[in-house]
Amino acid sequence: MKIALSTSGETLEAPLDSRFGRAPKFILYDLERDYFEVIDNRQNLDTSQGAGIQSAETIARSGAACLVTGHCGPKAFRVLSAAGVSIYNCGEATVADALKAFREGALKAMDSADVEGHWI
Amino acid sequence: MILAVASGKGGTGKTTVAVNLASVYGAPVQLVDCDVEEPNSHLFFRGTVTERETFAIPVPHVDESLCDGCGECGRFCRYSAIVSFGSNPIVFPEMCHGCGGCMEVCPRKAISEVDKRIGEIESTRLEKITLIQGRLDIGAAMAPPLIRAVKARLQEGLPAILDAPPGTSCPVITTLRGADLVVLVTEPTPFGLHDLKLAVEMVRELRIPFGVVVNRMGIGDNRVHAFCAKVGITILLEIPDDRRIAESCSRGELVVDALPEYRSLFATLLWNIRELRGMEMGVSNVRSAN
Repeated sequence: MKIALSTSGETLEAPLDSRFGRAPKFILYDLERDYFEVIDNRQNLDTSQGAGIQSAETIARSGAACLVTGHCGPKAFRVLSAAGVSIYNCGEATVADALKAFREGALKAMDSADVEGHWI
Repeated sequence: MILAVASGKGGTGKTTVAVNLASVYGAPVQLVDCDVEEPNSHLFFRGTVTERETFAIPVPHVDESLCDGCGECGRFCRYSAIVSFGSNPIVFPEMCHGCGGCMEVCPRKAISEVDKRIGEIESTRLEKITLIQGRLDIGAAMAPPLIRAVKARLQEGLPAILDAPPGTSCPVITTLRGADLVVLVTEPTPFGLHDLKLAVEMVRELRIPFGVVVNRMGIGDNRVHAFCAKVGITILLEIPDDRRIAESCSRGELVVDALPEYRSLFATLLWNIRELRGMEMGVSNVRSAN
């Protein structure tokens, strides 16, 4: 199973980014193979609208079954839910800590968006 | 002549200039409030709305029995208003600009359009002024389609004064397109100058002749004047920083009615605008003759 984590860096020691839609990068971690790749999300940093939707599409296409991030808005939540991706809120500081919390079952899956959408 | 009153900075006096100019216009004139997110020109006139119509934009509706999840619609939409990844598309009507592109590119003709109301257009007939205004619904975010619809109500051949929204983004561009001349209202402060420069860049990009009105003369400094002199921008009018002007506006009264001594000031502005317009037309005639 692969899980995606929002981050500003490219290593497991990098900070977990609390923003989902405008996170600079995602780490896609393969739990079976203990291996990860980095997905660049730079193209969504400057969009005026729809960053959450496009980031959600990126995650859906990456094959991730779960997403671990700080917060998730209503539009991203709709897209991720439709794609069958479970979303986990996490307040941990680094990607490694978030991964550890996920493995230990300490994170709870969200059943709705936890922040308001922007603009609209 | 279609005259647009705009500004980079908000609160510089666009509506004050637009409504008072309409009032001293003399001949029948259309006053169009294009600030559809918060139209306020109507506050200065006592009239009843003679026409009211709702305005809707077309948004996609997907027939799921026809959709095979090919994703063409989502790839086409640059606003992420429709998303599809091998499944039935998800539609976000609030993001949709109503271009109809997803419907065109769908190979299975699974997408049709349904109307989504985003606001209203109101017309009020006064003695010499016809006031037309758009009013965007609360929660709706797409100002430009409504502004285009409001401008489409303009009667050709009749002069018009467009009261633009503040700033330099899409709603302002939509308002200014097609205008013959733009009046940029600013104030003589560092903020005023900063945003005036942005507005000047915008109207130059749009290639519309323009002049500047400096409102609240007496506050701030002389950098707006220095800037205009340096780059050769005509200052059409200076309005003094007179507390009574603000007071009359706060009561919903036209300055030219509440303070008759200012009538000649706005008449001068009209004169200067016509003169600038004449000069610009002369220049363009010379250009086309060459």
